[in-house]
Amino acid sequence: MAATAQKAVEQPVAGAESAAPARARRWRGLTPWLFLIAPLTLLIVFTYAPIANMVAYSFTDWDGVSPELNYTGADNYTEIFTREDLFRVFFVSGYYLAASAVQIAAALYFATILSFNVRFRNFFKGVLFFPYLINGVAIGFVFLYFFQDGGTLDSVLSLLGVHTDHAWLGTSTSANTSLAGVSVWRYLGLNFVLFLGAIQSIPGELYEAAELDGANRWHQFRYIIAPGIRPVLSLTVILSISGSLSVFEIPYIMTGGATGTETFVIQTVNLAFRFNKTGLASAAAVVLLLIILLVTWVQRRLVPDERVDLV
Amino acid sequence: MHMYRRTVLAMVTGAALLLSACTGTGGSSKGADAKAPTDPAKVSGTIKVLTVRTDLVQDGTMDKYAAEFNKTYPKVKVEFEALTNYESEVKIRMNTENYGDVLLIPAVIKKADYPKFFASLGTVEERSEKYRFTDFTTVDGKVYGQSPVGVTPGFIYNKRVWREAGVTEWPTTPAEFLTALKAIKDKTDAVPYYTNFAAGWTLTSWTYVNGSVHCDPGATTKLAEGDPWAEDADLRVGDTLLHDIVEQGLAEKDPTTTNWEESKPRTAKGEIATQWLGTWAIVQFQDAAKKAGVNPVDIGFMPFPAQTDGKFCAPVAPDYNQAVNVHSKHKDAARAWIDWFTDKSGYDKDNLAISPLKNAPLPAVMQPYEDAGVKFIEVDDSKGAQVKQIDNQSETGIYAPEYRQKLVDLARGATKGSLDDFFADLSERWTEAQR
Repeated sequence: MAATAQKAVEQPVAGAESAAPARARRWRGLTPWLFLIAPLTLLIVFTYAPIANMVAYSFTDWDGVSPELNYTGADNYTEIFTREDLFRVFFVSGYYLAASAVQIAAALYFATILSFNVRFRNFFKGVLFFPYLINGVAIGFVFLYFFQDGGTLDSVLSLLGVHTDHAWLGTSTSANTSLAGVSVWRYLGLNFVLFLGAIQSIPGELYEAAELDGANRWHQFRYIIAPGIRPVLSLTVILSISGSLSVFEIPYIMTGGATGTETFVIQTVNLAFRFNKTGLASAAAVVLLLIILLVTWVQRRLVPDERVDLV
Repeated sequence: MHMYRRTVLAMVTGAALLLSACTGTGGSSKGADAKAPTDPAKVSGTIKVLTVRTDLVQDGTMDKYAAEFNKTYPKVKVEFEALTNYESEVKIRMNTENYGDVLLIPAVIKKADYPKFFASLGTVEERSEKYRFTDFTTVDGKVYGQSPVGVTPGFIYNKRVWREAGVTEWPTTPAEFLTALKAIKDKTDAVPYYTNFAAGWTLTSWTYVNGSVHCDPGATTKLAEGDPWAEDADLRVGDTLLHDIVEQGLAEKDPTTTNWEESKPRTAKGEIATQWLGTWAIVQFQDAAKKAGVNPVDIGFMPFPAQTDGKFCAPVAPDYNQAVNVHSKHKDAARAWIDWFTDKSGYDKDNLAISPLKNAPLPAVMQPYEDAGVKFIEVDDSKGAQVKQIDNQSETGIYAPEYRQKLVDLARGATKGSLDDFFADLSERWTEAQR
């Protein structure tokens, strides 16, 4: 009797014991998702939903405001790939691509120098990074004055004894070079900081050991720094290429795409908002997205991401 | 885990696609009317008025109009919202029901869609007795908007500079105009003509040459049905003049870095002699003159250098048309505002503009026009919607800056090519889109 009573008492306890871990386990499985609700909602609402919307619009003839829109199938895509004038603007990206090379080289150079003990090192770091903190619109306006006839650039040059009478934004080549120059000035800081961070994660003993072995600064760069920051370097290259293909704000604000400075994104914006071809513009945006994904993929295949192990 | 992530993504994408299928519907209250209230004392409610005049909202002028309005309509509260980038901001808001009670009709809205977005102000018969420009917003016999001011395009010029160059009569042909600019270049320090290339929109004024060259009220219909760049067509004459001005070095040295705000005081001071704009600009240039401490009387205004039967011609067109949101909860108050603002506010006089009321006299600045016997015409806009559609379809952009920027680039030799080829290309694209 006593035994059965004890059993009767024990049983629910035993049951509770096995139930509690199950619930706890369920909760534990759910917790990460609970924390993820906020970021996931933001990501879905502001990234994936608009992209899905854009893809949906790219199959319609929507003008951006009319309540009516017709499904036109792949017509927009056919138009994009049969009109070569829509792709001609990618030549402009060439200027920015070339500028990216200059930018990466300069950023690498400054990052290497400033990672060693140099006088006023922090000051120079600030100077290099500062342009990246300024709003792109403000930069556009400032440089309009800079390139103006008799503006800052002309004044500075005449101080140096060079009296030019050059309309900096006057011809297609000169305008694109100038705009690409502005973009180097602006984004150099970001690349520089990325490189600097990577270089500083390289253990200091390596340099000491290298110096003992008689390596000079160039050797240190060639055999320690360059391999040490390879992942960051390849990331920067990817960012530069996709950035060059989708240049927008600097040329849009400074020239509005005039004088042959129109880029693919400006053209897309014009299609959508000037000529009210939102459907076609969405398709163009999708194509740009695919091109960038493709370029990135090709690049990852050519330069696989290797683990870096210096020590 | 990988599979799972993919299904989540697929679900999200699917849901978003469904969502997107729901956007772009609306306009359920299609065909509503905004009737003029009979008893001003009974009209009540708060209305929001969207405007492009950021300057007038900031300096309190709009509030003064509202206070004046309240003397007649005491129970209506008027709020203003000034948008710097009006077209693109309103366009996006018009996908919802929340786009103010009174707004300016954005150029992007197709005329046929007006009944879906705006409440009607009355039939074209009753309104056209009193008001100008009714056909610009008429759909199926009903009018959907009314502009508070009329504008006519023309050259803003500095009278003193032109006098100093020895030109006292308005040029009557493009060739005479070029000669006059040359005289200004030779005899004064002023820039004969300023393109305002960088601002872009300033170049679009050249489209409003349409109608003045041949004094033709059917000019817009010709755009829709003919070739705007055929020999001797209005736009070709205007564009050729712009091209020649730049090609002969009569424009500013570096068009790519022009500055609109700066161009106003410079014109007032006589550093710039001429700009092709519209009557709406006169008041701004006079203000700039006052601020720069020079005499605003020097700001002059002249018509396009072309005459028909010995007379200049000035096409009068509406500025932005005001309309009532079809979803507005206070349509009568909104209507009351539009009527009062058009008829009684004095906004047209404050802006030295042409009144939209048919029986109103011309503003005093247009006195030289009256003296010279300039003929005012209203260009028929019944084919205006079609012109816009052809323009969009062909991606020409006669209301956008790009094509004239290309024209200026061509004229100053920044791009290679001939003017004839340039026009031929435009004609081809335009006529192809007509089909």
